[in-house]
Amino acid sequence: MNNSIKSLLAVLFGLIAGAILMLVTGHNPIEGYMYLIQGGLKNPERIGNTLATATPLVLTGLSVAFAFRTGLFNIGAAGQMLFGGFCATAIGLSLDLPRGILLPLMILIGFVGGALWAVIPGFLKAKYNVHEVVSTIMMNWVAYWTVYYVVPAYFKGASLETESRQLPPDAMLHQQWLSDLFQGSYVNLGFFIAIIAVLIVAFIINKTTLGYELKAVGFNRHAAEYAGIAVQRSIVLSMFISGGIAGLAGVAQYTGNASSIQIGILPTQGFDGIAVSLLGANTPLGVFASALFFGLLYSGRGFMNAMTEIPPEIADSIIAIIIYFAATSILIERLIHKLKVRRIANKKQGEQDHVDNA
Amino acid sequence: MDYVVEMVGIRKEFPGIVANDDITIRLKKGEIHALLGENGAGKSTLMSILFGMYQPDRGMIKVNGREVRISNPNVANRLGIGMVHQHFKLVEPFTVTENIILGSETRKYFFGLDIRTAAKRVEQLSQRYGLNVDPYAKIENISVGMQQRVEILKMLYRDAEVLIFDEPTAVLTPQEINDLQEIMRKLVSEGKSIILITHKLKEIKAVADRCTVIRRGKTIGTVDVAETSREEMAEMMVGRSVSFTVDKTEGHPGDVVLEIESLNVKNSKKVNALKSFSLNVNAGEILGIAGVDGNGQTELVEAITGLRPIESGTVVLKGKKLNGLSIRQRNNSGIAHIPEDRQKRGLVLDYTLEENLILEVYNQPPYSKRGLLRSEAISQHADHIIQSFDVRSGTGGSSIVRSMSGGNQQKAIIGREVERDPDLLIAVQPTRGLDVGSIEYIHKRLVEQRDKGKAVLLISLELDEVLNLSDRIAVINNGELVGIVKSSETNERELGLMMAGYRKEEAAHE
Repeated sequence: MNNSIKSLLAVLFGLIAGAILMLVTGHNPIEGYMYLIQGGLKNPERIGNTLATATPLVLTGLSVAFAFRTGLFNIGAAGQMLFGGFCATAIGLSLDLPRGILLPLMILIGFVGGALWAVIPGFLKAKYNVHEVVSTIMMNWVAYWTVYYVVPAYFKGASLETESRQLPPDAMLHQQWLSDLFQGSYVNLGFFIAIIAVLIVAFIINKTTLGYELKAVGFNRHAAEYAGIAVQRSIVLSMFISGGIAGLAGVAQYTGNASSIQIGILPTQGFDGIAVSLLGANTPLGVFASALFFGLLYSGRGFMNAMTEIPPEIADSIIAIIIYFAATSILIERLIHKLKVRRIANKKQGEQDHVDNA
Repeated sequence: MDYVVEMVGIRKEFPGIVANDDITIRLKKGEIHALLGENGAGKSTLMSILFGMYQPDRGMIKVNGREVRISNPNVANRLGIGMVHQHFKLVEPFTVTENIILGSETRKYFFGLDIRTAAKRVEQLSQRYGLNVDPYAKIENISVGMQQRVEILKMLYRDAEVLIFDEPTAVLTPQEINDLQEIMRKLVSEGKSIILITHKLKEIKAVADRCTVIRRGKTIGTVDVAETSREEMAEMMVGRSVSFTVDKTEGHPGDVVLEIESLNVKNSKKVNALKSFSLNVNAGEILGIAGVDGNGQTELVEAITGLRPIESGTVVLKGKKLNGLSIRQRNNSGIAHIPEDRQKRGLVLDYTLEENLILEVYNQPPYSKRGLLRSEAISQHADHIIQSFDVRSGTGGSSIVRSMSGGNQQKAIIGREVERDPDLLIAVQPTRGLDVGSIEYIHKRLVEQRDKGKAVLLISLELDEVLNLSDRIAVINNGELVGIVKSSETNERELGLMMAGYRKEEAAHE
């Protein structure tokens, strides 16, 4: 069955379940959803903020999806994002270069930082068959504690102990014309990075020999080996790209949506990326769409909370339920199949009756 | 007439394909009834319907004369229908008895598991039907043949009256096949009825009473096995006459293509699998390797193709030393390889047919240019192979290979490898699990390669195949070359002795 239909059904069921939750807790779901949507899309500023919220989600979702398509389960996008963002911030705070050089350099270093963080698990997997789920999770905590100690030691903020200095305006993805276009929103160049990344990944996966190799290794390592594909190199390369994309999410988050890096926080977008990827059926365009939807829920829930008594956690619950339905899409598939079979059977019965009558 | 099971006018459609189209099969009490058909003819679908895994779109099933609706396998079990699957469904670390009672455990004091009573019953059944199974043995410690008997016992323990055997001999050695046939005869003599799904005519001739042949989802007919020849049944199955001997003329061997010189290779357990093995294969000949499974054949192939490192010795292809070269470099030097396990090594099952047909050449022109795949060239290539090798699939080149039948998967691999126009074609078990039609076709293609002047290295566990196809036969035993004989000057008996490790001279005197 078509994957996009499955995902849309999962979303629909999630929204229905959310409505029931609102009803049960004594609120009006129509009102709730109205404000939720308004909160995300009411005016250009809110639309811009939704896009900005979605940006890191697009990238982490893309990171997870890319790894998944090549047979790897990268659940360390959080650590890769944090470390990539940290590297970019460090460059932004240390180097005094013209904006036109500094920004590309930060993006590049952010990519490399995230990639590095994923290459280590990739190497361990290729060489010693260490499962990437374990090693990427551990790398999350290495990133967490590295940032925890290095930021206060070298990039301490003026007043706050728990975050780095503010980035200078030239070292941020913030762009005035873009903010003006969206009437003061904090949407920034990160969104374009996300779009470009989606297009590049879609291209690599579907059109290149590299994508062919990586997918072949993911589907069947033995057959890839038989065909002469360098399996170990492919695994490392695949993790490199996946981690690099997660690193870009860090760049977008810490030098675009925010202007400094906080310590003691593992970015939640890293884990949300798994859900985004799942709902997007691991395809680049699907990831893009589902990240926008998640961005809408996240940015609209504050407004809903302000205008009604509905707690913002409802939005999280809806997301959780959607993920449930997306993950169990096999059930939905079966349901649809059953309905279809019954319809065909009924139709045949009808034809049979018709023939009999004639 | 007294039928235990009747399936009348069964039709089952899947998206894009009619698997069963008006099939009728009637099983008499106390008979062995063979269900014969090519791969993909609809045998498995039909039996899945009888076993309650699919619902027929049309048709009627009667058990003991009563019309029934079998909505799931539990219903089938209650009706006394049991299935011995091709791939056993056993829990390895459990004992025989534990596996047999799984799902219908005998209880004591409500909670306690009563193994002893169950084991006693297993023992009794085992004796009654001559199965000779130890109820307390662990599955992981018993042979494949024994495991199959456990599967049979499982059905008997549940009082099955009708037993369905799905390709039961595919995993057995010749001796085990004889034993199984003995058991089947014993079962029917005790009043059970058996449906035997197979495409091996030899076995039908050996045990079956009647045989229903289906082709492309339709019943062709039901015949009395004793009165029908092998050729007649084969013709019913494939729809044209089939020859069982390979048509080939005398070979004209040319220069040496592959030279293997005192090769030593270790297996995955780090034990020597090949011991100073030397062999030459010439252009224009088929060299067959005969041997009992696990005597170093796999390691030999892997050492030549680069999948396994060489400890010492040399492999030379057309004067070029292959030692130390990567798999890809060897592929490009002129080796093509039809692998032993087509689903594990030979295909990416989740790729389309098109994508699988460029598995080794995707990075070469015309299939790609500067790292970009060229879909037009890829589908042209696929269409060419699909046509010239008669690869059948639901939607041509864009079919997912997983959905294709085994025979067509194999034809696709053979097409892919032959089209690469290699100097050396290594064919490992090229016809395993295939029906006579496909086997005949594949054999023809291999001989054709030989006649074109290619060197063909054939490795097969089927002695018939090695004898029929090869020009020369090298016998391998315990990683050592026992001897090389001309296939025109040897016979099954001599080869059998050599496979057991007797030298040629010794074998001649036996």
